[in-house]
Amino acid sequence: MAEILAKLEGVSRVYQKGKERVDVLHELDLEIEKGDFLALMGPSGSGKTTLLNLLGGLDKPTAGTVSVGGATLSSMSNSQLSNWRATHVGFIFQFYNLLPVLTARKNVELPLLLTNMSAKERSKRASLALEIVGLADRANHRPRELSGGQEQRVAIARAIVSDPQLLLCDEPTGDLDRSTADEILGLLRSLNADHGKTIIMVTHDAQAANYARRTLHMDKGKLETRATA
Amino acid sequence: MKYFGLIWKNAWRKKIRTSLTILSVLVAFLLFALLNAIGYAFRAGEDVSSAERLVVIHKISLINPLPISYEARIASTPGVAEVTHASWFGGYYQEKRNQFAQFPVDIKEYFALYPELIIAPEQLEAAAQNRIGTIVGHELAEQFGWKLGDRIPIQATIWTKADGGRTWEFELEGIMRSNDPRGSTAFMLFNHDYFDEARAFGKGTAGWYVLRIAPGADPVEVANAIDAQFANSPNETETSTEAAFAASFAKQFGNIAMIVQLILGAVFFTLLLVAGNTMSQSVRERIPELAVLKTLGFRDSTVLGIVLSESILIIALGGLLGLGIGWVLVQGMAQQLSASLPGVYLSPQALLLAVGIMIGAGIFAGFFPALKAMRLSIVDALARG
Ligand SMILES: Nc1ncnc2c1ncn2[C@@H]1O[C@H](COP(=O)(O)OP(=O)(O)OP(=O)(O)O)[C@@H](O)[C@H]1O
Ligand SMILES: [Mg+2]
Repeated sequence: MAEILAKLEGVSRVYQKGKERVDVLHELDLEIEKGDFLALMGPSGSGKTTLLNLLGGLDKPTAGTVSVGGATLSSMSNSQLSNWRATHVGFIFQFYNLLPVLTARKNVELPLLLTNMSAKERSKRASLALEIVGLADRANHRPRELSGGQEQRVAIARAIVSDPQLLLCDEPTGDLDRSTADEILGLLRSLNADHGKTIIMVTHDAQAANYARRTLHMDKGKLETRATA
Repeated sequence: MKYFGLIWKNAWRKKIRTSLTILSVLVAFLLFALLNAIGYAFRAGEDVSSAERLVVIHKISLINPLPISYEARIASTPGVAEVTHASWFGGYYQEKRNQFAQFPVDIKEYFALYPELIIAPEQLEAAAQNRIGTIVGHELAEQFGWKLGDRIPIQATIWTKADGGRTWEFELEGIMRSNDPRGSTAFMLFNHDYFDEARAFGKGTAGWYVLRIAPGADPVEVANAIDAQFANSPNETETSTEAAFAASFAKQFGNIAMIVQLILGAVFFTLLLVAGNTMSQSVRERIPELAVLKTLGFRDSTVLGIVLSESILIIALGGLLGLGIGWVLVQGMAQQLSASLPGVYLSPQALLLAVGIMIGAGIFAGFFPALKAMRLSIVDALARG
């Protein structure tokens, strides 16, 4: 039995929309091992993004505890969560979410601004991360000068630059064509296999889920397990 | 400082919008520099005036002359250390536009009362000895290219000579300057005796008296004592401090300071609206980007600081450019106006105030957008993006 990296115990998340209560997650239990590559599937509105937000310390549960790598996120303050996110987790979104005014390298450097690293060190690390995602030659391009696949590679470089253990991907290939999606998924698999990153990936695409070690299905805020190879 | 690149790039996300905002800030601070420098000229008289000196004028107005016999009576008033007289000549050199102040005075007494005026002792002596001798400020000598020994004809606008002539000839015997960098010497002094003998009317009078109070004497008491002496005479007096005198002199030009402040107030109000609008648009446009920064671990307070810094940066860019251009223009203006409006000057205090206004306006314009950015919920903002 491998080490557990992330653990959800009895997690519920309720949103209050005016008078209406939206029960998004109900008493969810989940354990994610270190080194896992987990695909999370399910219909729209089933709570996948909500779950990812909880695991990434972007949101707090209404009830239950969320712990990642020994840190109990559900009981941390907002600024503690900010500090934690800066070094422990990388986010990858469907629409890349790069800053359009910055070059690829500067985008990748952003998380390092929160450290005490020198400008030189930051630049070096950013170059290394861009090399890992295969975009070293595009370091000085702005996002709008890049293709969608390239933008997503920059976003991945930004997610790994501070060397977090956990990568959270919300439909990372949702906006890409099949072959570009396969490249990105291949990159994620290599980050998992070769760099030991634990990855949780939300996807609507069964082929994408095939890249993962296992797939969880979510429906109406509940999880059901269907292990894959 | 490591965030500077990020702040700078964000400030220029819409180049035209930022340029226009900077331009409007530039104009505001350019106006500030010019108006402040001119306002300074009007205030200079008050600021360099001495608290130890009192000025005695005719109660009706500055224009009404006082008998020269008053000098001895003022001198004997308790609390008066020294007294001298001066008058307004109101002439010009060659052309009407070359107007500057000329004062018929007792040259030696005058310099004794104004120790801030610096002159070589031999020049002072020569001017006093020469009936038509004159001393001018270095500003005038430079402007008109006068050298010691030059003959300077001045056209009178008030004081015709007894022979009917309007041209008064003087011989330049001395050039003075002030030991106070703010003090102007753009005026001309000459012998009252020559003036009084040669003028067609008004003989035996002086325009006003200037006195120094004795150490320890109360200026208010001395002023009251002097005015009491001449009460109920045909020529009643009004004695005030030099500062009050300078202020009433400046008031002849209208309440410049207030007009200046009103204009600046309107300009800066507009500036706040323009800059505030730029910042709130800029923040509204990049809600998702700000949410991403927070996702990456930027704290709420850091995001607040980044947006505020951006606002201050834009205003400081325009403001410093405006001040810089204003500074150059003020130098030119000071030279052009050195005779007619001496003391045009952009003071270090004004520059400091301008920088303070930049920071204040930057914070003010950026405050609500920055607060909005700080309070932004990541989950909501990303769901929208
Ligand atoms: N901030 C919020 N306030 C209120 N309701 C919310 C909020 N965020 C999510 N919800 C609701 O929670 C439910 C789950 O949302 P979530 O985004 O987790 O779904 P999802 O599985 O990621 O869907 P999709 O596949 O469309 O991305 C939805 O019904 C949504 O309307
Ligand atoms: Mg979602």
